[in-house]
Amino acid sequence: MQIYLPIADLPVNIFMILAMGLAVGFISGMFGIGGGFLMTPLLIFLGITPAVAVASVTGHIAASSCSGAISYWRRRALDIPLACMLLAGGVLGTAFGVWLFTKLRAIGQLDLTIGLSYVLLLSIVGALMVAESVRAIIRSYKGKAVELRKSGAHTWFHGLPFKIRFKRSRIYVSAIPVWVIGFTIGFIGAVMGIGGGFLLVPMLIYLLRVPTATVIGTSMALTLLTMAFATVMHAATNQLVDAVLALILMVGGVIGAQFGTRAGQKISGERLRLLLGLLVLAVGLRFAFNLVLTPDELFTVRPLEGGP
Amino acid sequence: MRRHLFAAMAAAAMAALACAATPAAGERIIASLSNHRVMITPNFAGEELVLFGAIERDPNNPVRSGSYDILATVTGPRQNLVTFRKDRMLGIWVNVDSRVFENAPAYLTVLSTRPLDAIANAETLRRLQLGLDNVVLFQRAAVTIADSSRDDPFRLAFLKLRGERRLYQEQTNGVTFLTPSLYRASIPLPAEAPVGSYEIDVRLFVDGGQIARTTSAFEVYKFGFEQYVSSAAREHGVLYGLTTVVMALATGWLASIVFRRD
Repeated sequence: MQIYLPIADLPVNIFMILAMGLAVGFISGMFGIGGGFLMTPLLIFLGITPAVAVASVTGHIAASSCSGAISYWRRRALDIPLACMLLAGGVLGTAFGVWLFTKLRAIGQLDLTIGLSYVLLLSIVGALMVAESVRAIIRSYKGKAVELRKSGAHTWFHGLPFKIRFKRSRIYVSAIPVWVIGFTIGFIGAVMGIGGGFLLVPMLIYLLRVPTATVIGTSMALTLLTMAFATVMHAATNQLVDAVLALILMVGGVIGAQFGTRAGQKISGERLRLLLGLLVLAVGLRFAFNLVLTPDELFTVRPLEGGP
Repeated sequence: MRRHLFAAMAAAAMAALACAATPAAGERIIASLSNHRVMITPNFAGEELVLFGAIERDPNNPVRSGSYDILATVTGPRQNLVTFRKDRMLGIWVNVDSRVFENAPAYLTVLSTRPLDAIANAETLRRLQLGLDNVVLFQRAAVTIADSSRDDPFRLAFLKLRGERRLYQEQTNGVTFLTPSLYRASIPLPAEAPVGSYEIDVRLFVDGGQIARTTSAFEVYKFGFEQYVSSAAREHGVLYGLTTVVMALATGWLASIVFRRD
């Protein structure tokens, strides 16, 4: 069944979009990520312009992280003060990201920026995650306990001022690195149309030493808040959010996320990180091939942004 | 349907008579459309418009020896379109060069009774800017603006890519004669056809020369739900964004209620 998208200005198959929402939602629930880094390229592949895809996916991520965040909150696996502190940086980062997005669109280099950032970010983060989780799995095979939190192992930023105690996560850290992480995630999310969950989770685990128990719930709560903000910002400044497209994605996404969450709880933490790392790496390599391989068509035509 | 068609044709004939500014040659061409307003609704998947009309002979003039040929050009709303060219730079393919086609039609279809070169010679076609090869496309590279030469790679790529999306096309059997003086053509509008006003230019040729010309127009516009959503996005951006967020929260919350296990 075809439906004409009012902002994207093209007809799409409603069941196809719904299925994409379901599949990406499943993955997002399983790994505690938004899944934007999968959804945005899929939509671009369908012929939706990158700008509309990025802007509409923010709404979809907000929905799937909302349903995830609620179920983690019920299980008391959500650190609200930590999410709020991250958000303080996230809002600034998002506003800056939407501003840069508008500028890049005006000079016509948005596609290249999105493409390059996908390659760099996904390949590096994917490779790091795979390496780390493989080490962890080998360690656990050898019978050694996997220890992410070494008590007393402090890094330099533990000496920074404005220390805050986050009770639920049982950590005591300075607010500055928390803000910086929030800002980075908000910024990347707005520019690339991704929630940044796959970046936030490792950052919280390795930099702030947040225990695995609360990390996914907290990440989802932050993703929900930054993406909700990004949706409003994109709608207000670029007017590119396709609400119809977003709604179809949302419906598929939230249902998929519920099943994904259950599937994720059956797999051990290291394996989950390995799978996620492989997935992230695969998407990164796919983008890298696109940039390196000779394209079939060297020319592209599109309306001049900002023109009449 | 038949009565409707004749009524429309009669109206078109009256309109043509009212503004009788045809050149000295005897024939007059009349054109009308099956529909002057094309609505984009949620199930819009393209449409075919029927262009029809008649040739009125001049009773004072003797019957011509040559056969009639009709060439109809449908031009959509104008847009500034950029064509990017990729090239390898530091091992990766990036857009290195671009041309802006200023005020290029977003949609362009040329329908005719026969191949264009059989209707008129190349010189006439170029002078009247008929056919995709001859349409003027103003190109902007940096500061200079000029019509692109016919074998310019950007122009060729532009025409090819627009053609692949069925936004630019040439149908050399697109116009058919029902009787020696009644003609009919169908205008294919793809689902991607942009919103705006479309102009139709119909020209009558005999023996390689143009003897009559008429114009018509139609409009493509968003209707109902589509129109409501796109104008809301344009005029009330913040409110529209907030609505989308509320939608996201509601679907997320509903899913967690529906699928709740504990």
